[in-house]
Amino acid sequence: MLGGGIIKGLIETARNFLGSYHDPARFVTVQYPEQSRVHPENNRNFPFLVFDGDDPAKGLRCVACKICEKECPPQCIYIVPERDERGRPRKHPAIFDIDVSVCMSCQICVEVCPFDAIKMDQVFELSGPDRFGRLLLHKQDLAKPNDYYRAIHPSEAVAVDAQLAAERALLEAKAKTNVAPKAGGMPPAGTPAQPKYSIT
Amino acid sequence: MLLETWLVQLKHWMVNLFPAGWQPGVGSLVSVTVILGVFATLFAVATLLERKGLGRIQNRPGPNRVGPWGLFQPVADGIKMLTKEDIVPLTADQVVHFLAPIVLLAPVTLAFAVIPFGRKLVPIDLDAGLLFFFAVGSAAEVAAFMAGWSSHNKYSLLGAMRAIAQMISFELPLVISTMAVIMMSGSLSLVEIVRAQDGGVFGLIPRWHVLTPWGLAGFLIFFTAALAESNRSPFDLPEGESEIIGGFMTEYSGFKYALFFMGEYFGMFAVSGLATTLFLGGWHAPLPFLDRTLVPSFVWFFGKLLLLLFVFIWLRGTLPRLRVDQLMNFSWKFLLPLALINLLVVALWRFTASWPLAGRWALCLVALAAPFVALGAALMRHRHWKPRHYRYAR
Repeated sequence: MLGGGIIKGLIETARNFLGSYHDPARFVTVQYPEQSRVHPENNRNFPFLVFDGDDPAKGLRCVACKICEKECPPQCIYIVPERDERGRPRKHPAIFDIDVSVCMSCQICVEVCPFDAIKMDQVFELSGPDRFGRLLLHKQDLAKPNDYYRAIHPSEAVAVDAQLAAERALLEAKAKTNVAPKAGGMPPAGTPAQPKYSIT
Repeated sequence: MLLETWLVQLKHWMVNLFPAGWQPGVGSLVSVTVILGVFATLFAVATLLERKGLGRIQNRPGPNRVGPWGLFQPVADGIKMLTKEDIVPLTADQVVHFLAPIVLLAPVTLAFAVIPFGRKLVPIDLDAGLLFFFAVGSAAEVAAFMAGWSSHNKYSLLGAMRAIAQMISFELPLVISTMAVIMMSGSLSLVEIVRAQDGGVFGLIPRWHVLTPWGLAGFLIFFTAALAESNRSPFDLPEGESEIIGGFMTEYSGFKYALFFMGEYFGMFAVSGLATTLFLGGWHAPLPFLDRTLVPSFVWFFGKLLLLLFVFIWLRGTLPRLRVDQLMNFSWKFLLPLALINLLVVALWRFTASWPLAGRWALCLVALAAPFVALGAALMRHRHWKPRHYRYAR
């Protein structure tokens, strides 16, 4: 009959109206600045650099190999390696900048990094008064401890830590085997230089 | 008794401070001030209630930033509206553009003059109060067209033309549904109409007009037409912010815009007050014996008014906007015939006064329900609801 749909609709809105007072499942609004939703673990936003130990300047895992800089599709990463007085790279970045206004959060830098040095962060409250001051993140802004990585991506971090520990153990074992011929005298000629880290 | 009459006594005391020649003028000035103050406050409260209510209907809290639970939101809105720049288009008809919001607000405010707010609170007891109400209420159409025409904007003009068509179409069922009440109470005076709803059956069931078959039908027709008259959703085509960007209010900004809103809300209060007076027993308590308690009668009146306002908000949160042709069909092919039939039902009710109550009710309900179903079916006859056929999007 004419008008039945109106009554049905009125009942539905009345249920919403009353339900919003006693049913938290209906009242879905989160009062954002005061409250915040818990992010899912795989939530990602912009990259950050992981460092081990306490000193962000020394403990950075990054060796300034520039793979991420080359792979970055929007070219938002800028790296200058630190060099010693003879101009040889020191396996440490002097400058590591990420322009987050350009970054498209694709995670390719994380995928290509052989040293697990760059990971995806979850911070999103990055608004600032000007573009270049706040949105161009420098090395000291990007460096965050491994504990932070463990906190935001727990299961991923456990896997990475286990893998790094395994690699370190392997290296130590290799170092021990390499020590034995060294003790005998000169190393055999033609032995290739051991890489410090292995790329798996 | 003091609770009931303190406002009237205060007015008498103030008027008696002045010489005899001034007293009528001062008296009406006091009444005007009180009406404006009360309804401006109610306007502020209603905007907050509307935003909160709509929010809750949509499962969100509504404004809650200004003050506790957002209670001071109307203050913030008012300050915002006052401090905004008042832009008048260069090609607009400056004088008419300026006058339109005033022409809208003034008659709507005049309409409050004849509504009995309480047992003693009647600003003016006109013999033809109802006639006066509709006479001043119809000036809103002029204001809407003034605003739309003077803005020199196609959207404004579209909105104004829609407003005129809609208001004239719905004025008829609105007036005819009130004629039923006039036929039963035999008076055009709103005070008399409230008096006709005095007392109760067994002292329990009030003798309100809405509790009779013709009154129920009349109330529903009146309320639907009142929705359209006050340009409220689902009949907010003249505004239609999603299709014609605010209609006749497009070129208004700052406090003139706020005045249009005030006019809309005042219109809503006025028709709600009239519906309360005509059908819901005016200032009478919902149970007749409560009339003799200490609760002043205007509390009941404003309680019913707020209830009707809530229904306005509830409907706005529920129904989508109608199309223009649907609106016109609904008014001319459904509401108007039903209102006319309701007049016959009133006559039936009046001349079967000696019948047993159940027989009267059954007869009148059948006399109303049959045309309701028939008209409803006729209204939907040419609607062939089929799955939509897209020719090129397979």
